[in-house]
Amino acid sequence: MSDNEQTRMIATAMNEGSPQARALGFSTLEIGEATAILKVPYRPEIVGDPETGVIAGGVVTTLLDHASGQAVHAALTTWVSIATLDLRIDYMRAAEPGLDVFARAHCYKLTRSVAFVRAVAYDRDPNDPVAAAQATFMLDSSAGKKPGANLKPPRDAGAKTGGVD
Amino acid sequence: MADEDTRLVSMLESIPYARFLGIKAELAGDEMTAVLPFAQHIVGNPMLPAIHGGVLGAFMEMTALAQLSVAAPMKRQPRTIDVSIEYLRSGRPLTTYARATIKKLGRRIANVHVEAWQETRSAPIATLRGLFLVAPSEE
Repeated sequence: MSDNEQTRMIATAMNEGSPQARALGFSTLEIGEATAILKVPYRPEIVGDPETGVIAGGVVTTLLDHASGQAVHAALTTWVSIATLDLRIDYMRAAEPGLDVFARAHCYKLTRSVAFVRAVAYDRDPNDPVAAAQATFMLDSSAGKKPGANLKPPRDAGAKTGGVD
Repeated sequence: MADEDTRLVSMLESIPYARFLGIKAELAGDEMTAVLPFAQHIVGNPMLPAIHGGVLGAFMEMTALAQLSVAAPMKRQPRTIDVSIEYLRSGRPLTTYARATIKKLGRRIANVHVEAWQETRSAPIATLRGLFLVAPSEE
């Protein structure tokens, strides 16, 4: 299997296997060479401002996070688990009501532990973005964690410092 | 019902995306706690399983907007200028809570910090710092 086929499979699994991505209808239009382009279709349920019909900023946040993660997988040669460490987003303008929103993410640097990503969200033209993002991801984030690990209490539960305020 | 309560309830009910995520809020005096009940459709990683990082970001942004609606009547919904989100712990399949602190509410800009947690308030799972363009109504 070529790198591209493997990356495409990961993208499909991330869109169809992730309940939130499926609920929002994410699809990957292009993936490869450390870059991913994703789409979220416009629909009334995901509007953030009922007066204007503009799609919620939070949907754009989720699309940018998801696209950035796929860009990291497109940059890696073998699959490892990843987790978002931080995500900074500038919202430059409102998306046009009724239009689908796209996100183009590029993983521009990989180190042993961390991946660095830049992304933009747009409705018509990537050069006239709705939002711009900068994100970092931890690589091999689930090291040692088995499937279902989150169903058990966290390891640092005992680290609770004194009383709850 | 107090004005703040009315504004909060009508705001969350009027936003389709807040309903899509299932966000609720409780108000005790001027202290608001936003609540995101766990639901299958908010999962991002089905293996662990973990709540989608984007959903946590969206929830905290909505918490900031809700806290602003409690703080002052607005001519229109505040516009998000930018957010910076840190992910501290994986979002487990549990109810998530968030509280926002308005660091400054100016005539045009509001600075808001938000923290989200699950079982343990002192072990937050994510934080958000956001800037919002606001239009408080003249009173």
